[in-house]
Amino acid sequence: MLDYETLKLLWWGIIAVLMLGFALTGGWDLGVATLLPWIGKTDDERRVVINTVGPTWEGNQTWLITFGGALFAAWPLVYAAAFSVLYVALIFTLFALFLRPVGFDYRSKLENPRWRSSWDWGLFVGGILPTLVFGVAIGNLFVGLPFQFDDTMRVSYGSGSTFLGLFNGFSVFCGILAVAMTTLHGATFLYLRTDGVVAERARKSVIVFGLITAVLFALGGLLIHALSGYSLTQIGDLNAILTPLQKTVVRVDGGWLNNFHGTLWLVPAAGVGFALLAALFAGLRWRWIGLLASSGTVIGIIVTATIALFPFVLPSSLDAASSLTAWDAVSSKKTLAIMLAMVVIFVPLITIYTSWVYRVMRGTVNADSIHNSTHSY
Amino acid sequence: MIPAAEVVELSRLQFGLTAMFHFLFVPLTLGLSWILVICESVYVMTGQQVYKDMARFWGKLFGINFAMGVTTGITLEFQFGTNWAYYSHYVGDIFGVPLAIEGLMAFFLESTFVGLMFFGWDRLSKIQHLGVTFLVALGSNLSALWILIANGWMQNPVGAEFNYQTMRMELVSITDVIFNPVAQVKFVHTLAAGYVAAALFVLGISAWYLLKARDTGFAIRSFAVAAGFGLASVCSVIILGDESGYTAGEVQKVKLAAIEAEWNTEPAPASITVFGWPNNKTETTDYAIKIPYLMGLIATRSVDTQVTGIKDLKKQHEEQIRNGMLAYDALVKLRGGDKSDAVMQQFDTYKGDLGYGLLLKKYTPNVVDATPAQIKQAAHDTIPNVAPIFWGFRVMVGLGILFLFIFVASFWFLVRKNLAPQRWLLRLAVVSIPLPWVAIEAGWIVAEYGRQPWTISNILPTRLSASSLDASQLHFSLIGLIGIYSLLFIIEMYLMLKYIRLGPASLHTGRYHGEAVTAPAPHAA
Repeated sequence: MLDYETLKLLWWGIIAVLMLGFALTGGWDLGVATLLPWIGKTDDERRVVINTVGPTWEGNQTWLITFGGALFAAWPLVYAAAFSVLYVALIFTLFALFLRPVGFDYRSKLENPRWRSSWDWGLFVGGILPTLVFGVAIGNLFVGLPFQFDDTMRVSYGSGSTFLGLFNGFSVFCGILAVAMTTLHGATFLYLRTDGVVAERARKSVIVFGLITAVLFALGGLLIHALSGYSLTQIGDLNAILTPLQKTVVRVDGGWLNNFHGTLWLVPAAGVGFALLAALFAGLRWRWIGLLASSGTVIGIIVTATIALFPFVLPSSLDAASSLTAWDAVSSKKTLAIMLAMVVIFVPLITIYTSWVYRVMRGTVNADSIHNSTHSY
Repeated sequence: MIPAAEVVELSRLQFGLTAMFHFLFVPLTLGLSWILVICESVYVMTGQQVYKDMARFWGKLFGINFAMGVTTGITLEFQFGTNWAYYSHYVGDIFGVPLAIEGLMAFFLESTFVGLMFFGWDRLSKIQHLGVTFLVALGSNLSALWILIANGWMQNPVGAEFNYQTMRMELVSITDVIFNPVAQVKFVHTLAAGYVAAALFVLGISAWYLLKARDTGFAIRSFAVAAGFGLASVCSVIILGDESGYTAGEVQKVKLAAIEAEWNTEPAPASITVFGWPNNKTETTDYAIKIPYLMGLIATRSVDTQVTGIKDLKKQHEEQIRNGMLAYDALVKLRGGDKSDAVMQQFDTYKGDLGYGLLLKKYTPNVVDATPAQIKQAAHDTIPNVAPIFWGFRVMVGLGILFLFIFVASFWFLVRKNLAPQRWLLRLAVVSIPLPWVAIEAGWIVAEYGRQPWTISNILPTRLSASSLDASQLHFSLIGLIGIYSLLFIIEMYLMLKYIRLGPASLHTGRYHGEAVTAPAPHAA
């Protein structure tokens, strides 16, 4: 039987893995949707773009749903505080996400060009807006979110919790970086799955967004230096039941980079390096390896953020001690153990059957393949 | 500081509306997925093309509905965190578990294979495709299982204990949570109700084709599948509905008394009030029509067990509120660092009623200083408004009996090969299409409105569960949700009706009503 401290640490890893599951697979769906109006100039081209992700996007979005469910079960305080402090932003995200299932399924059900073009813009909004908000939300983790707990563990919110209060220099920067990163990832995916003029436009997008992502992420390293980080100065026995208000936390200028030393610097380096490689491979017209490179970027960038924050997961700008960490925002030992078993059983299973579905649906999507099949969007 | 009453009421309204809206789409997904499996199985076994067309045509309608189910489902998962933050903290240790397992075990299965179900016809063998359809049905039904385990726990919170250190409920036994009798009964009842809705949907649309004398071969086979599936389902809904009447849980007792508008405990076996107008103020039922003995038999399945009346339940609750005050008193001391034996013992003795103490938070933040009048008022709060529960139940049961009649008659005339002349039955089937949804929503009102004033029965009052948001934030989200949902609903209904009117001709096979002989297939799915 694992001890509580190990379980807490494993769950920090699992939450990161679930987030990566969404960023990698849901990421290319969001990126493809973001590119839709620019790469698909005619109805046929837009249908090609949509059908590269059409049969599989739904399963990919489930990573997000499962991420939410896992937060609820394993980090209930994080789920409670983060979702409610981000209320208006998340409701907007929800509105944008609404457009995806109906957008994909309903778009090609009628011939009317205005109907189709409305849904195309709907899919675009459903792709770019959630990405932007997720990026802004992650940026705000580094700035701190305005929440605090009272003695009954009820969360209350500071004046900065308004929707506009979420937009500060760093968070907007992170939002733009998130859009650039997913667009790069969507472009490498699209380049792999299509041919002709669509693929050529995707290839150019890879080069453009590969360079933008690399520059922005490197710039992020400089910007974060100017922020005030959080540092845990005292906390109880990590193996025991801990609650957030029992610890002491101080702010340290530039402190978010303190976790990085030695080989750990390879992680952010990978974030920059793979983005450049993705652009390079697109220049060389290497498709498969380009998708691997953009996946490397996504992993590098997200893992960099989680390492920088560790052990924090939801810092508070209102009351530093209310900040939530992987040690004191967790469920009971029993719940963590049961959910670990579920993850160990089901995540490999999901990976296997998802791969099989991709295998069945493999092959280049183009105008011919859409017209020859009675089963496409 | 507990959230403002207005915020709690708006949060309730929002959750109620979005959950009920979501449940317009869920029943069809649950039931239609099995109808697709049945049609496709017959196709695989017999090789008859019409069964493949049936799977594909009903699958098209399934798809239009499924997209809305996914769209509206994600709102609910977000809302526990956005609008019910204290609830999420207080019970996430238990309630989050079935939700997370639902994602991992069920929703992933359903959503990964649903794409392949639509797009994989040309890429999979017949058997493989049938397997995929089966996995979609299995995934959606397992999804309902885990959601209803979570919901059942709200009605009857077993396998959990309060931890004063973390200030929340924590999991003690996962098997108790999974095999919670309320959850199991709810699961079967809700599934079977979904099957009835889907069966009547297919039955009604097929009846419409038969009335119009178009695509009769296709329609009569669909009608037959729906009649058989529906008859089996409606029988299980009624039998298992009865089961859910008397299962465990305190909230269930209040609901039972409200369903029957039983204000005073009657000597066993109690009579049943068939009709009447329950009045919460006077605690009487006006214009009541009663049948002796029946309710006692249904509810307790015995001739000598009593069903406790509302007035007696209230008296019990008043006692529990007083115990809850003692539990709260001990809790405050424990959290203040006083862990003496006396305090520990006081807490352990009364912690089962801590939730009742929390009902007083609404009247006095300190709980322990509540006046007798406040205690009385809090006890009064434990009884929800009886009329909606009383009537919701009767609407549900009345419609259930109508469905039984429709399916029995359909099956009967089908077996006697005498369906076509029964135009009254076909017409009845068409106009009854919306009614299962009415019955289902009425059932949910009984179950969830009847749970008030709790979010978690006996443990956490609704008033405490909500996030401490601003009312303006709720106004924004409510207006947005209602606006977008209304628009999407109109679009969905438009597409649904369009494809129903087109019928199997929408498959562009060239074999159906109104099609040119060589129909091209440019735009599909």
